[in-house]
Amino acid sequence: MLNKMMKPVVEHFMSHVPHVRALGIEFSGLGRDWAELTLPWSPHIVGYPGENGEKGVIASGAIFTLMDSVGGFSVHAARRSAAGHATLDLRLDYLRPARPGETVFGYSKVQRMTKSVAFVRGYAHDGEREDPLALMTGCFMFTKGAKS
Amino acid sequence: MSFDALAAQMADADEGPLSGIPYADTLGAEYRIEGDQVTLIVPYRKSLVGSPQPPRLHGGAVAGLMELAAIAQVIHQFRQEDMLPGVLPINVTVDYLRAGQTETVYAAARIVRMGRRVANVQVEAWQDERERPIAAAHMNVMLRR
Repeated sequence: MLNKMMKPVVEHFMSHVPHVRALGIEFSGLGRDWAELTLPWSPHIVGYPGENGEKGVIASGAIFTLMDSVGGFSVHAARRSAAGHATLDLRLDYLRPARPGETVFGYSKVQRMTKSVAFVRGYAHDGEREDPLALMTGCFMFTKGAKS
Repeated sequence: MSFDALAAQMADADEGPLSGIPYADTLGAEYRIEGDQVTLIVPYRKSLVGSPQPPRLHGGAVAGLMELAAIAQVIHQFRQEDMLPGVLPINVTVDYLRAGQTETVYAAARIVRMGRRVANVQVEAWQDERERPIAAAHMNVMLRR
């Protein structure tokens, strides 16, 4: 299976991305034009602390990082290459707050690739795909070793 | 969702950490107030890097910082009022303009329209030169009064 083969490769790659590691983002799955990562709940990514010692809600910025990362991985998957790309733009609609304590899943699929741009769509959920907490639209540009 | 701790801190001091937001601590974000304007500052740290070779800031960290800048500016706008509304992001669109270098990053927001229920906010992030932004964001923020 692709996922079994790719898991150690992707995990190795992710372990070298400090900000992905700092937030606790993990590999979940990979296909021919899609990727999935997870963001387990942890206290240091909370944006809205809970009251009376209850668990807080994950910051939307941390979910943005999850979706930017998974968008990039889906582009790697679709290109079947670790070649460079840069996020051109990324939009998130925050449909609802993530449930405190739950792992957030980020899924992204490449809808279309041109010579230099990949168009992606994705969503984040916290257990049920049918009940997403955020929707993503993004555009990634292939860099070919360009400087910035 | 209330940011009362941050509002109290910002009313008290013109600069400091973003109190009561663990995610802001994780980024290492601080604020500075000059008159009507709030600027957020994140000194470079290795944990912000999103691509190792060459090292560049993670776009998500820059976006997270810009969201915080939008929220801090909205809170600052309510400093004269008795009640701070609940503040919730509705959506955000980020345009990435330049790669984030391994240097301090700044972000500042401008409220385009403060409605009763929604604030429309523009945010820019920059590094060595204010005139050369590395990212620009547009955000709608829900206000719960």
